[in-house]
Amino acid sequence: MQTTLRFSTAGSVDDGKSTLIGRLLFDTNGAYDDQIEAVRNSKVNRSGRELDLSLLTDGLRAEREQGITIDVAYRFFATAKRRFRIADTPGHEQYTRNMATGASTSDAAIILVDAIKGVSRQTLRHATISSLLGIEHLIFAVNKMDAMDWREDVYAGICAELRRHCSRWPGARLHYLPVSALDGDNVARRGGRAAWYNGPSLLDLIETLEISPAPAPFRFPVQYVIRPGDGFRGFAGRVASGTVAPGDTVAVLPSGRRATVRGVHTFDGPQPAAHEGQSVTLILDEEVDISRGDLISLDRARPELSRHLEADLVWMAEEPLDLNFPYLLRAATRELSAMVSSIHWSLDPATGEQLPAHTAQLNDILRISLETTQPLAFDPYSRCRETGSFILIHPRTNRTIAAGMIVRGRPQQDQKDARLAFDLGPVTPGERAERYGHLPAVVSSPNPDLLERQLFEHGALVVRWPSAPPPGLESTGAIIIAPGGLLVPEHGALEFLENAGILIRRENFKSGEGI
Amino acid sequence: MLSGHLDQLEAESIHILREVAASFAHPVILYSVGKDSSVLVHLARKAFSPGKIPFPLVHIDTTYEYPELIEFRDWFVSQIGARLIVHINEEAVAAGTNPYALGTAKCCSLLRTRALVEGLEKLGADAAIGGARRDEERSRAKERVFSFRNRFGQWDPKDQRPELWNLYNPKVDPGESMRVFPLSNWTEFDVWRYIEREEIPIVPLYFAAPREVYVRGNSLIPVKANVRPLPGEQPQIRLCRMRSLGCTPCSGAIESDADTVPKIIDELFLFRRSERENRVIDHDQDGSMEIKKREGYF
Ligand SMILES: Nc1nc2c(ncn2[C@@H]2O[C@H](COP(=O)(O)OP(=O)(O)OP(=O)(O)O)[C@@H](O)[C@H]2O)c(=O)[nH]1
Ligand SMILES: [Mg+2]
Repeated sequence: MQTTLRFSTAGSVDDGKSTLIGRLLFDTNGAYDDQIEAVRNSKVNRSGRELDLSLLTDGLRAEREQGITIDVAYRFFATAKRRFRIADTPGHEQYTRNMATGASTSDAAIILVDAIKGVSRQTLRHATISSLLGIEHLIFAVNKMDAMDWREDVYAGICAELRRHCSRWPGARLHYLPVSALDGDNVARRGGRAAWYNGPSLLDLIETLEISPAPAPFRFPVQYVIRPGDGFRGFAGRVASGTVAPGDTVAVLPSGRRATVRGVHTFDGPQPAAHEGQSVTLILDEEVDISRGDLISLDRARPELSRHLEADLVWMAEEPLDLNFPYLLRAATRELSAMVSSIHWSLDPATGEQLPAHTAQLNDILRISLETTQPLAFDPYSRCRETGSFILIHPRTNRTIAAGMIVRGRPQQDQKDARLAFDLGPVTPGERAERYGHLPAVVSSPNPDLLERQLFEHGALVVRWPSAPPPGLESTGAIIIAPGGLLVPEHGALEFLENAGILIRRENFKSGEGI
Repeated sequence: MLSGHLDQLEAESIHILREVAASFAHPVILYSVGKDSSVLVHLARKAFSPGKIPFPLVHIDTTYEYPELIEFRDWFVSQIGARLIVHINEEAVAAGTNPYALGTAKCCSLLRTRALVEGLEKLGADAAIGGARRDEERSRAKERVFSFRNRFGQWDPKDQRPELWNLYNPKVDPGESMRVFPLSNWTEFDVWRYIEREEIPIVPLYFAAPREVYVRGNSLIPVKANVRPLPGEQPQIRLCRMRSLGCTPCSGAIESDADTVPKIIDELFLFRRSERENRVIDHDQDGSMEIKKREGYF
C-alpha cells in the first residue's frame, strides 16, 4: 500500500476550498451519513445547491455564521488506492498563519483560483508560502468553471498567468486543472462539460502523485532521557532523518563529543537499526553528557554549527517584529534565545520583488539574519525539514509569532578561523567544564603518575607542573597536578574528586530530567 | 523509512507524549477508560519504556459510569502498575445532579466538564493529555495537537496558536494549561487496527453480547440501575455492543454480532454513521461539542 498523502488547500477567500474538500469527501464516501444530514439540516446554505458542502469542514459556529474558514480542519479519507490526510485551510488574509500551519506538514498543496476573479495576490502569497515550506507538488485548481461556462480561454488565461510566476517556486512540481467544486466536475470524476480538457481529475491526480523526499544523513534530536534507576540510561527521540545502527560512531552537538551506539531500544525489544520517522531510545557506549536539546548525528556527516543563521521567515503576529529583541527560538528539541539582527528583504507576494524593510507586519515573508545566544546545530531546510525549521515564541505573551526555514549558516566566503571566532565566540568556562567533564583545580598526589593516567583516561584536561603553578594557568580549565595542591588519596582518587565537586558526577549530567 | 501506516501514527504519538513529559511540570493523562484511552496508555508505556509512565492517569468519574468500566479500569491500572487518580464533582453529586432533572447538557457540564476543569486545577496539572481524535467530530477536526487553555480551562477556537511541523509550543503561564492530543491524526479504523495488532485489552462492553436494553429508535440504552425507562418502556434482550462509551443514561449501544476485534473492524466498513451518533450529549444543539469544548470539555 502507498503511503498516506498529506495535502492542504490554499488560495484566496471564497475561492471554494472548503466546497472542494466537501465535494471530495462526499463523492468518495469520506463523510458519514449523519454528518451529511447535519449539513442538510443546517440553517446556512450559501451554495445555491441542495447541500452546502463547505459545511462539512467548516466545523466552528463562527465559520458557519460568517461563511468563511477561520482555522484549519483536518480530515481523513481513503480510496482503494491510497490514504489521505487533508488540511482545509482558510483563505482570509488575517488567518494566513493557520494556512501555514496546515501547509507545514503537507506533501502537496491544492491552490485554488477562482475562474471568475482570476489570480489574486493571496493566491500568489499562498503559492509562495507553500513553496518556501518545501511542498513538493503545487496543484493549481481553477475552480468555478461552471460559472464561466467551462470556457477554455478562461482556463488557458489563468494558467498562462500562473506560468509567468512559476520561476518563483523552484523545486516544486506544478500541476494545473479546471474544476467545479460545486458540481463535482473533475473533482472525484471526470466532468463531461469540458471536451477540451484531457487531463486527470483531481482525485486521479492525488491518488498517483509520487512523493520523493531527498535522503538526508542521520539526525536525532534528543527529546528526553530515560533513566528508570536500574542503570539503564537511554536517549529518547524520533529519528529526523537517515538511519543509525549499533556500532556507528555518532557525534553529539553542540558539544561535539563522540560516542558509539550500543543499542536501539524499544518497548517491543532491541532493534537492529533506527530509521527515519521511528520513535526509539538510543543507548550509547559511553557516559556522555547528553540532555534534551542535543542533536545526535553520524560522526562522519555532522550538521552545521553556528550562532549566525540566514533564514526565510513568515511573520505571524499582530505586533511588528522588533529587531534585536531576544525572542525564544525552538528548533527540533532545542530552545535558545535569538534575535533578528537584520532584514535582507521583504518579499512582495504579488510580484516576487525583494523590497527593503526595517520591520515586519502580520503575514510578511522575509529573508533575515538571526543571531542565537548559543551555537545551534542545524541543516539547511532544503536538506532536512526537521533540523532546518524553527519557530519564534514571544517570551512575554508565549505566542508563536514566526516560522522560519534556515537557508544557510553564515556566508561561506569568510576564512575558517575568523568564522569560528565569529560564529562560536570565545570558549567559555562553562563550555570547558562541559567538554572536559570537570572544573579547574590544583591537586597533588602521593602517586602523581597514576593520578595523571587516571584523569587522562577519564578524558580530563590534565597538566603536570613541577612547582607552584603560575597565576592564570587555572583559567585554561585544566586539573593541574602540582606541589601544594589539594591532596588526593591514591585509592579511590576519582570518587574523591567527585565528592570534592571537581569531577562532574555522571548522574549530575542530567539534573531534573529523566524518570 | 517507516514501513506501515500504524507505525507512523505510533511514532508520531510517542513523539508527542515525550514532548509533554519534557516540557511540563505536572502533566496528567485523562483516562476515560474507553478504547482511545486504552490506546493512549499503551502508547505512553511504549514512549517511556523501560521506565514507567511518568504521569498519573486521571479518571473523571461522573458516577454514571458503567460498572463494567470501573471494574476494567481497576484491573487494567493494577496490571500495568500505573498511578490512578479518580475525581468526582462531589458537590454536584451531593446536590443530586442527574440528566432527568437538569437535562443532558447541564448534567454533562457539571459532572464532566466542571469536574474535569476542577480536578485538573486541584492537581495543579499544567498539561492534560487526552485521547480525542480529529475524525470524531467537526469541531475536533479544528483542534491543535497542543491546544492552549486559559486560566478558566477554556478553548478559544478563533485564536489558536499556529502549530508548524512538529514544533509544539508548550509555553503556559501559571494557571493556564495545555490539552494535548497524541491521537489527533488517528481514525476510528486506525484505533481498532492498532488494538488488534497490539492486543490491547479493552472494556468488554465494546464486544457484542446479548444485553438487556431499552429500544429508543436507533439507540439501544442498556438497562442499568440509574437509567430510567420512559413511560411504558419494557426492557428487551438484544445482541448489541457499544461503539463509544459515555454515561449510562446518555449513550446507546448498536445492534451488532461483532464479538471480536476483527469482526468489529469488518463491521466498521459497513458503518455509514459516525461513532458519536449514539451519544445524546453531542447533539443537544448545533455545535454542541464546540460549546462544551470551549467550556473545558476535552
Ligand atoms: N459557481 C460556483 N461556486 C462555487 C464553487 N465552489 C465554491 N463556490 C461558492 O463559493 C463560495 C465560497 O466557497 P467556500 O468553499 O466557502 O470557499 P473557501 O475557499 O473555502 O473560503 P475560505 O475558506 O473562507 O477562504 C460559496 O458560496 C460556494 O458555494 C464552484 O465550483 N462554482
Ligand atoms: Mg474554506
